[in-house]
Amino acid sequence: MEDRILLAHGDGGLLTHQLISELFLKYFRDETLKSLGDSAILPSLGEQLAFTTDSFVVQPPFFPGGDIGKLSICGTVNDLAVSGARPLYLSAGFILEEGLLLGDLEKLVASMAQTAQEAGVRLVAGDTKVVERGHGDKIFVTTSGVGQLVGRGLGTGQIRPGDLVLLNGPIGDHGMAVLSQRHGLEFEAQIRSDCAPLNGLTVPLLSRFATLRFMRDPTRGGLATTIKEIATASGRDILLLEKEIPVRQEVRWAAELLGLDPLYLANEGKVVIIVAPEEAAEVLNFLRGHPLGGMAAIIGRVLESGEEGIINIDRRREGRPHSPRGGQVYLETPLGARRLLDLLAGEQMPRIC
Amino acid sequence: MGFTTAMENWSAFRDPELAKRIVAEIKARVTRPVKIMEVCGTHTVAISRTGIRQSLEGYVELKSGPGCPVCVTDDTDIDGMIHLARQPGVIITTFGDMMRVPGSSSSLLEEKAQGADIRVVYSPLDAVQVAEENPGRQVIFLGVGFETTAPTITLALEETRRRRLDNFFLYSSHKLVPPALVALLEDAELGLDGFLLPGHVSAVLGRQAYDFIAQEYGCPAVIAGFEPVDILYAVSLLVKMVEDERPEVVNAYPRVVKEEGNPLAQERIREFFRPVTVRWRGLGEIPISGLELAETYADLNAVTRFLAGGRGFGYGGTEPGAKLRGCACGEVLKGKIDPDQCPLFDRVCTPTHPVGPCMVSSEGSCAAHYRYDRH
Repeated sequence: MEDRILLAHGDGGLLTHQLISELFLKYFRDETLKSLGDSAILPSLGEQLAFTTDSFVVQPPFFPGGDIGKLSICGTVNDLAVSGARPLYLSAGFILEEGLLLGDLEKLVASMAQTAQEAGVRLVAGDTKVVERGHGDKIFVTTSGVGQLVGRGLGTGQIRPGDLVLLNGPIGDHGMAVLSQRHGLEFEAQIRSDCAPLNGLTVPLLSRFATLRFMRDPTRGGLATTIKEIATASGRDILLLEKEIPVRQEVRWAAELLGLDPLYLANEGKVVIIVAPEEAAEVLNFLRGHPLGGMAAIIGRVLESGEEGIINIDRRREGRPHSPRGGQVYLETPLGARRLLDLLAGEQMPRIC
Repeated sequence: MGFTTAMENWSAFRDPELAKRIVAEIKARVTRPVKIMEVCGTHTVAISRTGIRQSLEGYVELKSGPGCPVCVTDDTDIDGMIHLARQPGVIITTFGDMMRVPGSSSSLLEEKAQGADIRVVYSPLDAVQVAEENPGRQVIFLGVGFETTAPTITLALEETRRRRLDNFFLYSSHKLVPPALVALLEDAELGLDGFLLPGHVSAVLGRQAYDFIAQEYGCPAVIAGFEPVDILYAVSLLVKMVEDERPEVVNAYPRVVKEEGNPLAQERIREFFRPVTVRWRGLGEIPISGLELAETYADLNAVTRFLAGGRGFGYGGTEPGAKLRGCACGEVLKGKIDPDQCPLFDRVCTPTHPVGPCMVSSEGSCAAHYRYDRH
């Protein structure tokens, strides 16, 4: 076999077949996939289904704690998991750039297979295309997934005033790991991506706790963006306590150096959980006892209707419109001041000074 | 210092309980509202993000001054840069922050979309590399920054000589902080009680460079670090000096800033540049407040080489100092109004659709207030 991807690997001929049988099927050993039919024929589930798709374009493809292969499985598994589903079947589409090292592709495929096995999902369908050098960025992966809905449906409509907001661990690990790798930044303590399949954590949660309202994985845009989306969709105000939000010291340190805010850095193994106050302590205990939740914390709560998010407004300017009620996120800083948290406006750019 | 030790020491400067105690002390000491200006973008962001501005409300008014190098770059400079980008054969290299800054009729980003060759670099040395790889083209680096950035540019100039390149040029829009402080001190309308001085710039200049603030203007000033405790401690020193009417220039960031600063960096600035009078956005012309390339390096000067009208000529077709579409950046930069008092703030002008540079740069006052200080 050649040691780089050639255009011919994508032309449907001999090299394509070789690539599939000698590389992809070496790692993806699912019986349905092996039959190489035009579609995967799957058994009826007799339940409501969750179905999702996600594309992965991360640069660089390998980073501390993961790679684009692992990421492409976790991303789709986690989208299913936080929707309240048990992830079952995945498909994977590859767009490879001419010149990609076959050795690299093999590592990524092996990593996908291993992650799929860890997550207990079957990879049942796939596709590969090759684009000319310069028309892609080494490798793009798209995965789609089907899951079986377990228990009662979750939704932002379920969120009630007084509910508590939980998070299963420290934020910003993935974003900072990828950034450091991309810009060749070296810190003494290596920052590793938190990339992990979350269904091992979420499926038991769903069966144990009746007052689970909503879950979402704070990926691109970070925790701040996810909480703001939840507030907007539910029409409720949410208060976060900055000092309760776990951030690893080395991530905080690196973010500070680069002028970035960990609240907006991506995560790939984190889940925001909204639950009724009476079950929050038990959920927290459960999370802390799980390998993916050792640093779990209660980070905030949903405000009562009419409860003021900002306490000390001394300088409301005349003529300034007041914030529309509902859908706001407030962050209480360790100093006790409260500020509005919003979607990230514009890119986070390293500073000049 | 090892990584772990450094982090532990650093944590002490973020201790919320200590920070709260200092806030309480400041409030107890203040007998009238004290007006302090910070003149560093990193301070502006830190003060807003941690809620320091809010926790001192009614006691200490923290005004954001001209602390962001992108924001103080005058329209005429931006127009000049855009004019350069339109020259055939020219490659513009710049830090990313400059891309979206609006000139009088365009921005570098718009020029790039229309085909100009503009490349974002992370270091001036990357720009030298671009020059080496494109021998038939003229590569111009847009030098924007204060005393902190200027020394790093000199490395690029040196490298240009070492590699014997004849196609690397610098558009120097570097500015000096002390002359801007003088301009602010002489503006009686501002009524400032004290200055929070920038940690990074002071690491180059040293504490003694600011003695004139207390000696000639009777105004207290404190050099501060960037953690909440650093900033609050500096504010508490300022408040005490204001209350006692004993103005001094104090270094509250001795772990980084020395009395005499960084002589090597100062020497490099003197060797490669000469101080000149330049325009600042918002503050207008300030005597001897900018850095132009020294005679020895005049052949690398993009202004003399490519701009027939010289610096400050109305390349965008507008008069120097003309106002930008109702934007009050100028008033904001002087601390005369807070960002949310600008009629465009959060209505027309947001970080996604910035009208003025203070909303473009992440360290601009308007962007910091938009992200962290909206109530």
